[in-house]
Amino acid sequence: MELFFQQVLNGFAVGGIYALVALGYTMVYGVLKLINFAHGDLFAIGAYLGLTLLVSCNLAGILPPLFVMPVVFLMVGLLVALIGFLLERAAYRPLRQAHRLSAVVSALGASIFFQNAVMLIYGARFYVYPDFLRPDFTVSVFGHSLSGIRLLVILASIMLMVMLSAFIHRTKTGAAIRAVAIDQDAARLMGINVDKVISLVFLIGPGLGGTAGLMVGLCYGQIDFTMGWSYGLKAFTSAILGGIGNIPGAMLGGLLLGLVESLSAAYVSMAWKDAIAFLALILILIIRPTGILGERAAEKL
Amino acid sequence: MRFASRAISSLALGALVLALPLFCDAYWLDVCVSIGLYTLLALSLNVILGQAGIFHMGHAAFFAVGAYVTAILNTQAHWPIFAVLPAAGAASAVFALAVARPIIHLRGDYLLVVTIGIVEIVRIALLNDMGGLTGGANGVFGIARPVFFGFKIVKSVHFHYLVWGMVGVSLALFHSLWNSRFGRALNCIKEDDIAAECCGVDVARYKLTAFVLGAFWAGAAGTVYAAKMTTIAPESFNFMESVIIFAVVILSGGSQLGILASSFLFIGLPELLREFSSARMLIFGLAMMMMMIWRPQGLLPPGRRRYRIPGLSGAGGEAGG
Repeated sequence: MELFFQQVLNGFAVGGIYALVALGYTMVYGVLKLINFAHGDLFAIGAYLGLTLLVSCNLAGILPPLFVMPVVFLMVGLLVALIGFLLERAAYRPLRQAHRLSAVVSALGASIFFQNAVMLIYGARFYVYPDFLRPDFTVSVFGHSLSGIRLLVILASIMLMVMLSAFIHRTKTGAAIRAVAIDQDAARLMGINVDKVISLVFLIGPGLGGTAGLMVGLCYGQIDFTMGWSYGLKAFTSAILGGIGNIPGAMLGGLLLGLVESLSAAYVSMAWKDAIAFLALILILIIRPTGILGERAAEKL
Repeated sequence: MRFASRAISSLALGALVLALPLFCDAYWLDVCVSIGLYTLLALSLNVILGQAGIFHMGHAAFFAVGAYVTAILNTQAHWPIFAVLPAAGAASAVFALAVARPIIHLRGDYLLVVTIGIVEIVRIALLNDMGGLTGGANGVFGIARPVFFGFKIVKSVHFHYLVWGMVGVSLALFHSLWNSRFGRALNCIKEDDIAAECCGVDVARYKLTAFVLGAFWAGAAGTVYAAKMTTIAPESFNFMESVIIFAVVILSGGSQLGILASSFLFIGLPELLREFSSARMLIFGLAMMMMMIWRPQGLLPPGRRRYRIPGLSGAGGEAGG
């Protein structure tokens, strides 16, 4: 039972991270119908930027301890958001009218570009977040001692998701994003600046993804330049699992995938956990072809 | 006229490829073999992605099945390579049929992520030494060289002619496929699958057939790859490999000439950039973006279909694809 609780907690922690990254995929897909393959690499950039800010820029030493994490999270989020914004301008906007798969290839190119840029800047070896940055404490819940940092990651990701949901559903800008996702032309006729909305989505998605990268660094300690692909693929799978384009779906998909992965790692086989995660995806899609929460869009007639 | 110009340009291209070994040293000859292999893979993916418009990003899985079936049958059962070739193709085709059957009705991007999932599952299965046959992370080694009517194919030059011979045969076959009833049905599905369904095209069956056919060819390419390398390992069939085959097809625009050009660009370019050593993939990624922005429709999209209608005066009628 102890193992089970530990694994559920691990699953939710990694699932929360998947969910945060998946939100970026799903939001971009919502407005552009584009799979932004470079999103995983933006997430990796977030992890590296976090390390640079904390260690090389020594923010951890300069700022008072209580402010370090919020400030670093904000800075990483903003910087990665800026990269996402520039990416959309450079690589996707010129292909707005082109066939969808052309933009996908451009996204794949951007992904290779970012991954190699990180490798050239930081080197091909993996990096470790120093221990003094990673609070190591346990919290006892119902008699089970649980890793504190994982609980914090879960809380932080849930908080970000709630904030995003509120923004999307309660504000006027959020309504504009939803409108663009439903019908770009109609939204434009209603006076919504579609380009601005798309840029905004490319700020929010990568911003969330970047902070998720920082969380991975703080939670697991080790980062490497290929993490963008491994986590990105999982996050993208989560988005599909929940029904792509659907924001609650991305959250649900992420948590579910994290849970499946950590439970199968513990009870079935560590080596097969990724295969089991993908198998679960295929099985769910066979039963529900548009994901768990994806609505069955009526085919055009 | 059109036929004649087509024949001349094909002959010229064929002669150029045949003459390539005269200009290349051993290293570049290996690159040429590699380009030929990717052309084969891209041609086979083109049936699925380019002609039928199915978002399939998992072609490396079928390539892997072909290569591993070859390796296992050759090293364990000592089948000669050319006897394995159809078996490897058939194994890939059966595998494709089994995995595509339940997912073929999925729409666009859902299918895309499932095909990525298949590549990953295949890679993990190979890595974990499934059935004790695949050799885990080390892969299988000691694959024999193919023997063609008593002639042992060993050198890169030999493989160059083998691979490009296969490319030639594939070009001819896929060209006639494109012009057949089957090719027209696939195109119709690509343009609008609901309209196709309404016209009486059995969409699911045609899509499945396209999958199986593409997989067969990828499996055969896997045999040649295994015979060329003599050693295969799971890492040669990862997601990145699928991405490159996918990108070759999209950049090509869908025509056969486009596929040749885009294979040369995609496989040749990183080799040309070798002097930039560690930055070459960075430039490669940048080039991928720039090429798509420069030509969003692909290098050479196929021309409109033209038909000669007997009994019609003038040059002949025209029918849209």
